[in-house]
Amino acid sequence: MIELKNINKSFDGKQVLFDVSAQFEKGKCSFVIGASGGGKSVLMKTMVGLLVPESGNINFDGRDFLNIAYEEKKIIRQEIGMLFQGGALFDSLSVEDNIAFPMRMFTNWSKDEVIERVNFCLKRVNLENVNQLFPSNISGGMKKRVGIARAIALNPKYLFCDEPNSGLDPITSRLIDELIAEITQEFNITTVINSHDMKSVFDMSDQVTFVYKGKAWWEGDKSQIRTSDCKELVDFIKASEF
Amino acid sequence: MKYLNTFGEYLLFLKLSIGRPEKFKMFRELFVRDLYKMGNDSFGIVSIISIFIGAVAAIQIGYQLVGSLVPMYVLGRIVRDSNILEFSPTVTALVMAGKIGGNIASEIGTMKVSEQIDALEIMGVNSAKHVVLPKLAASVIAIPALVIYSMFLSNLGGIISVNFSGIVSVSGYIQGLLMDFDGFSITYALTKAFTFSFLITTISAVHGYKTEGGALEVGWASTRAVVQSCIAIIFFDFILTQIMLYK
Ligand SMILES: Nc1ncnc2c1ncn2[C@@H]1O[C@H](COP(=O)(O)OP(=O)(O)OP(=O)(O)O)[C@@H](O)[C@H]1O
Ligand SMILES: [Mg+2]
Repeated sequence: MIELKNINKSFDGKQVLFDVSAQFEKGKCSFVIGASGGGKSVLMKTMVGLLVPESGNINFDGRDFLNIAYEEKKIIRQEIGMLFQGGALFDSLSVEDNIAFPMRMFTNWSKDEVIERVNFCLKRVNLENVNQLFPSNISGGMKKRVGIARAIALNPKYLFCDEPNSGLDPITSRLIDELIAEITQEFNITTVINSHDMKSVFDMSDQVTFVYKGKAWWEGDKSQIRTSDCKELVDFIKASEF
Repeated sequence: MKYLNTFGEYLLFLKLSIGRPEKFKMFRELFVRDLYKMGNDSFGIVSIISIFIGAVAAIQIGYQLVGSLVPMYVLGRIVRDSNILEFSPTVTALVMAGKIGGNIASEIGTMKVSEQIDALEIMGVNSAKHVVLPKLAASVIAIPALVIYSMFLSNLGGIISVNFSGIVSVSGYIQGLLMDFDGFSITYALTKAFTFSFLITTISAVHGYKTEGGALEVGWASTRAVVQSCIAIIFFDFILTQIMLYK
């Protein structure tokens, strides 16, 4: 479980996150939804330590993640997998080497073991025979899938996905959604997903946090969204209805 | 105040990026790749520039000696020392600032804006060390090696131009070239080369690492890296010369 308490974050005096508190549970897909510019990405980057908040607390299964040394942060980070909005694949490395990277960095597995795991991860995201291609030679959807494969390479305890299906066609989107939901349950991962794709939210969310103007405005599960009387949330849902 | 801040940032960056590699096998792979790229990419340009600089130096210094009381065979000696002491290390470093420095800044800058650096951090990798250390190790080998190579070629350039211009006989020139050779000039030149390689790599890496935005900003970072590396080279050239030649 990941716990956030009273997170405040600003850039050059402009406050972006206001007193955000939230909890994300193990084995569940927790969604963070909200309008563009609301602060979802900043919140996620703060959670994984890429941004440092002015105040607040972040806990990973009871372990403080803020007030610890860089070297200690690295240990918790090795349990984190993250899918970036643009994939963030290493463009000097082939697909295979991208996925193998965390294994080569943090394990002493043999070459064969690494390749076996790479192929397992690729199969898991429905990709085959792309091992030797480079990121510049594969499509956006494939990049995202390779990004997921790399994120799950070392069986993370925590998985963060920033807009996993923005810019993808509906079929690939659903495929990626299903994939994330499956591995979350299968490996009992604490998964946090940023999204404004309401179809994903209604399909696969276990818990939803609605971020509005930098505040955690509403919290509940998908069955409560339709009946909510929170005006801002209702407006947001209405606007995204198709 | 702004400059002090920037300098502080630079020192913090050095502290973060210099140290024992986290995974030696990974480091070695990157190091070999960078070393090959730096050496291979720069071979041609260093060759051309060195030969021409040596050739021009011989003609110009020869021109100044004509009619003076200094015997002409000294020409070889003066040109040799100018090449070894100043032209080869400094000019090679300036050219490398443009090539290797620009390259490092844009490579790291691209990794930064496309979130590859963030991806490394998330995995629990010290991204500064992972990216910079192999490049630093490669450049402190590649650049001094290129400087030594440039010393030979610039003196070869001198011989060629003497041969064509006939200011002095080639045998007379070579006699001067081999006269009163002091090994300290090599120590001095290589000290400069090591210092310059360190400056080029770290300054360029910092600029790459600080890049925010997109492709446009990567271009700016690369330009800033080259300009500041060049200034640092000239400045340290002056300091080191003061310290080492006038003991
Ligand atoms: N590095 C930064 N420096 C300054 N301001 C920033 C920075 N990063 C984000 N912001 C500001 O923080 C606010 C929230 O941005 P954020 O990227 O979190 O939005 P978001 O909810 O993820 O939007 P989207 O759905 O479009 O991805 C924006 O107003 C943005 O301008
Ligand atoms: Mg975002």
